[in-house]
Amino acid sequence: MKKVFTRPRALADRPTHYCPGCIHGVAHRMIAQLMDEMELTDRAVGISPVGCAVFAYNYLDCDFQQAAHGRAPAVATGIKRAWPDAFVFAYQGDGDLASIGTAEIIHAASRGENISVVFINNAIYGMTGGQMAPTTLEGQRTTTSPAGRDLKSTGHPMRMTEMLATLPGVAYLARGSCHDVKHIKATERYLRKAFEAQEAGHGFGMVEIVANCPTNWGMSPVESIDWIKENMLPYFPLGEFRTTEEVD
Amino acid sequence: MTEGQLQMIKGNEAVAEAGVRAGCRFFFGYPITPQNELPEYMSGRLSEVGGTFLQAESEVAAINMVYGAAGAGVRVMTSSSSPGISLKQEGISYIAGAELPCVIVNMVRGGPGLGSIQPAQSDYFQSTKGGGHGDYRMVVLAPATLQEMVDLTYEAFDIADRYRNPVMIQGDGVIGQMMEPVAFPPLMDPADLPAKEWATTGRRGRDALNLINSLYLDPDECWAHNRKLAEKYARMEQAEVRYEIDHEDADYFIVAYGTTARIARRSVKDLRDAGHSVGLLRPISLWPFPSKAFEGLAGQARGYLTVEMSLGQMVEDVRLSVDSSTPVEFYGTAGGVMPRHQDITEQMEKLVARTGDNR
Repeated sequence: MKKVFTRPRALADRPTHYCPGCIHGVAHRMIAQLMDEMELTDRAVGISPVGCAVFAYNYLDCDFQQAAHGRAPAVATGIKRAWPDAFVFAYQGDGDLASIGTAEIIHAASRGENISVVFINNAIYGMTGGQMAPTTLEGQRTTTSPAGRDLKSTGHPMRMTEMLATLPGVAYLARGSCHDVKHIKATERYLRKAFEAQEAGHGFGMVEIVANCPTNWGMSPVESIDWIKENMLPYFPLGEFRTTEEVD
Repeated sequence: MTEGQLQMIKGNEAVAEAGVRAGCRFFFGYPITPQNELPEYMSGRLSEVGGTFLQAESEVAAINMVYGAAGAGVRVMTSSSSPGISLKQEGISYIAGAELPCVIVNMVRGGPGLGSIQPAQSDYFQSTKGGGHGDYRMVVLAPATLQEMVDLTYEAFDIADRYRNPVMIQGDGVIGQMMEPVAFPPLMDPADLPAKEWATTGRRGRDALNLINSLYLDPDECWAHNRKLAEKYARMEQAEVRYEIDHEDADYFIVAYGTTARIARRSVKDLRDAGHSVGLLRPISLWPFPSKAFEGLAGQARGYLTVEMSLGQMVEDVRLSVDSSTPVEFYGTAGGVMPRHQDITEQMEKLVARTGDNR
């Protein structure tokens, strides 16, 4: 009998600590799948953020460094400069990347640092209990915007991928989503291109993944998927924002 | 630069060259006066030896690049001056927590806040008591001459690797800016250094994966990690104490480090010429503090005058190191002003007069 589906070798055989319905597990699996297919695991060093994904090192079967909040791109820079032939990827959430770590992500991108960043955007601080993030949508209720995000006092949700697309040093930028199989497959293609950009030495690549947080959004997993489609995607459009000819 | 031959060089450049000699091929930094010649020198020198110099977007990013590179197993260095070192404290805490070796240079300037750009020693508390969060310690070495700074920097990388711990070279605006003749040690090839089995290089055939981490969510595990660190710090306290005493048989001692010790040496000479039995106790390791030097003088020393370019920081450690009946006085200047040797002499004369020495 032909085996049509199996756990990637780079994905550890243990249950995750993520909440039911959380998209982190899907994102981890995609990375592991690509690490298998592109034979990256043996040269890979991951950087886990502060946030729910701090424990990514428990699930992906490669060397890891845990970074201070927001500093993953700087830590990745140190590793990649030390081992240019390593495959170095940072995994960051929206509080990590779009708030406390804005300087690090912008300058790593601007330098064309030859690393890959997986940016999980679920429009909220998950691990600390559902506070407002820079990506929280207008009117979205969080524990620090209980009446809904007010643009007048808190500004507008940040579109990081679009911001980074203005920087000439960037090799690859895309935004995908994991709300259905079709979009998961598209996101996997984006991730592959970002990883290939690093392997070919073209420079900085980032894939933003529009994600959910059923627990802190106060929804069932199914409701959270619908909420992505109805609210997140109109504000965070999907697609490729920067490609180089070599990556295409 | 020829090995072993004396040459005139500026302090900031000397400490950089010493790092290169010690096999450091990675430098991440950010401009701040009075240490700018250090990254400037590194930007050219590291490219000559196949190393990496990177001017980071901030001190915060620089110390986290150090974290990444140190975790990846290479000898790595950063430098700054007081306000910039404050910004690095988060990273230093993570580096200590994750047990990573690196060397950090602080050319201390006047504070608090933006302060001044002149020499000071007011970062003593920050560097020796753990300027970042959590219980941690790092070896802090305070040279008084450029030759000593070169030798200590060369050794600092070994100390860092031995304990998997950050080591700080603490100078000041004078040490960084002045020129002195220096003989450099041989140029080390990083390829000759022992491999770091724990480093995140990518597995490259290794069965177990390596993890650089300071997170222990279970408090019992975090407590165990802290106990392990405490045992390491105790070993460092045993083995890494450094100090120098001029006139070990003296009745009175000036206690001073770095630039201040140089100024105090002149006071010691003048006081001895005037017939007073005065020596100099110069801590070289600020942490671990050389308490045992004071223990060795117990029953002999009739008083100490601690002199610092601060409002009085190291003097607290001096007081903790001596019997409470032995007077410990303090004289200091701060904000970038250096003490005058005449003023130190006068302070010591007063101490001697008050405690009844008329020889």
